[in-house]
Amino acid sequence: MDWLVLSDEEWTAIRLSLKVSAVAMVVSLPFGIAVAYLLARGRFWGKSILNGIVHLPLILPPVVIGFLLLILFGRRGVIGAFLNEYLGIVLSFRWTGAALACGVMGFPLMVRSIRLSIEAVDRKLEEAAGTLGAGPAWVFLTVTLPLILPGVIAGMILAFAKAMGEFGATITFVSNIPGETQTLSAAIYTFTQVPGGDVGAMRLTLVAIAISFAALLASEFMAYLVGKRVHIE
Amino acid sequence: MTLIVQARQALGEFVLDAGFTSDGGVTALFGPSGSGKTSLVRLIAGLSKPDHGRLMIDDEVLLDTENRIFVPKHRRRFGYVFQEGRLFPHLSVRQNLNYGRWFAPKTMQPENFDRIVELLGIGALLDRRPGKLSGGEKQRVAIGRALLSAPRLLLMDEPLAALDDQRKAEILPYLERLRDETSTPIVYVSHSVSEVARLADRVVMMKDGRVEAVGTPSEVLSLPSADRRDAGAVLTGTVETIDIPHWLATIRLSQAQIVVPNARVEEGGSVRVHIPERDVMVATQRPEGLSALNILEGEIAAIEPDGDGMVRIRIRCGDDMVLARITALSVERLELKLGKSVFAVIKTVALER
Repeated sequence: MDWLVLSDEEWTAIRLSLKVSAVAMVVSLPFGIAVAYLLARGRFWGKSILNGIVHLPLILPPVVIGFLLLILFGRRGVIGAFLNEYLGIVLSFRWTGAALACGVMGFPLMVRSIRLSIEAVDRKLEEAAGTLGAGPAWVFLTVTLPLILPGVIAGMILAFAKAMGEFGATITFVSNIPGETQTLSAAIYTFTQVPGGDVGAMRLTLVAIAISFAALLASEFMAYLVGKRVHIE
Repeated sequence: MTLIVQARQALGEFVLDAGFTSDGGVTALFGPSGSGKTSLVRLIAGLSKPDHGRLMIDDEVLLDTENRIFVPKHRRRFGYVFQEGRLFPHLSVRQNLNYGRWFAPKTMQPENFDRIVELLGIGALLDRRPGKLSGGEKQRVAIGRALLSAPRLLLMDEPLAALDDQRKAEILPYLERLRDETSTPIVYVSHSVSEVARLADRVVMMKDGRVEAVGTPSEVLSLPSADRRDAGAVLTGTVETIDIPHWLATIRLSQAQIVVPNARVEEGGSVRVHIPERDVMVATQRPEGLSALNILEGEIAAIEPDGDGMVRIRIRCGDDMVLARITALSVERLELKLGKSVFAVIKTVALER
C-alpha cells in the first residue's frame, strides 16, 4: 500500500487548498451577508445590475473571471496597483490571490443561499422586536441573523466546496506555483500532465473525495443542530 | 399619563382620520373590522407613519408631521401585543420574556419578572419553546413580554381574536388582573362587545376610519350605531352568591338581582354584565311558566324607533337601564308609553364570555 503515502509536495497542496478555501469562505462571508441583505430587502436604483454582477462568476467561463481578476488585481491592474502601492498587498501569483479567485467564484452561491433565507424571515417578528425597544442593528443581530443561520451555514459550505474545486480562475489569475498557488485541483492537473503521474493523481483524488464528504457531513450536522434550535412554528 | 393622538392617513381608498385622548386606564378602540382601529394603533406604536398627525404622551412629542418629528418605534417604549403573538421561535419562553428587558432603560424600574410570570400563570412554560405552546399560552407570553419591556403604554391589537372561546375565557381573567394590578395604561383594540364591556374604562368607537363616539362602555355600547347584533346594556354589579350545583352566580344590581351562568367569579367581586338588547323581551304582566331566569321590573324611560320597524325601549330598573329591541307592532299592541311599568324578560345575560 506504499502508493497511498502522500509526498511532502502533495501534503503542501492539500494544506494550501484547505487554507485558501477557508480564507475565501470566511472573508467573503460578511460581504455575502451584506449583499444578500441588500438584494433581499433593499429598494434602490441599479439593484438588478448588482444582482447581475454578483451572478457573473456563475455564468461566465472561469477562465474569463481569472483573466478579469488579472486585469483588475494584477500588479499593474487598476486595483492591484493601488493595493500594492498604498497597502503593500500583492495578490497576483500569491496564495492570497488564489483565495480571492476562489472567493469570487463561490460568491454567487453564498449570496443566493443567504438571500433566500432572508426572504423567508417573517418580518412581523422584526417588527415585534422593534416595539420591544431593539434598534435596527439589534433586530438584525438578535432576530434576523439567528433565523437565517441555516441559510448562512449552507451558503458557507457551498462556497467552501466551490473553492475546493475551483481551478480555471485560479490557474489563470495566480498560475500553478507549487507551495504558493498550487491547490489540490491544480496539483491533480499537473500530475496528469507528466508521464507516470496517474498514481499521484489518484492519491489526491481520494483525498479530494474525503474532504468533500467530510464537508458535506459537517454541513448536515450543523444544519441539524441549528434546525433543532430554530424550530420555526 | 395623558396620551393625545390625532392622525390622518390615506390607505388606498380608505381614509383614516381619527384621534382621541386617554388619561390612563383601559381605553378600548372599538368598531367593526375595517374601521381603522388597527391602523390607528399601528400609528401610535410607530409601525407606520401618517400623512398628517400628532402624537403626544404627557409633554413628550413622539410624532408631529408638521415639525417633522418622528420618534422610531424602538425609542417610544410602547409595548405592543399582536393578534398572533409573534414570539421569537429561536428563543425559549424565558428568553422571549427577557427580550424587551435588555433594551429597557436602566433607570426605569422594570416590572418584577416573577410577579408578571405569576400574574399571567406562565411559570411552567419558562423553559419551553414557543412552537410547543397552545394559542392561549403564546398570547399570555406575548403579553408578559410586552409588559416586561417596561412600557409607558401597552397597545393590544385584538389579542384574543385568533383564539377560540375557551382560550378567550382562559385569558380574560388575566387581562382583568392586568388592568387592576398594574399601573400601565392600555389601549385595547377589539371588535367584541363583550371584551370591551368587560375590560374598558373608556370606549372610543370607530367606523369607516373616523371616531363616532367616545364615552364609558355603558354609554357607547348602548348607542344605536353600535354593532346592532351585540348592542345592549352594560351593567355593573357585585357577586352575591354562587350556586355551585347549578353552576350559576347571582349578581346584585342597584335594585334587582340577576342570575348568570357561572363564569368563574368570586363572591363579593365586582363584575360587569352585558345584556344584548335583542335578547330582551318586554311584558306588561309578570310572565309565568317561562324558562328565562331573569325577569326585571321597571318603567319605560324612552322609546326610540329606528325607522326600520324596530324600536329600542329603555327600561329603568332602579339606577340601571336595560335595553330591549322589539318591533313597532309590539309597541302598539302592548300600548307601551313612557313611564309605563313593564317587565323585561332577559333571555341571555352574557356575563362576558
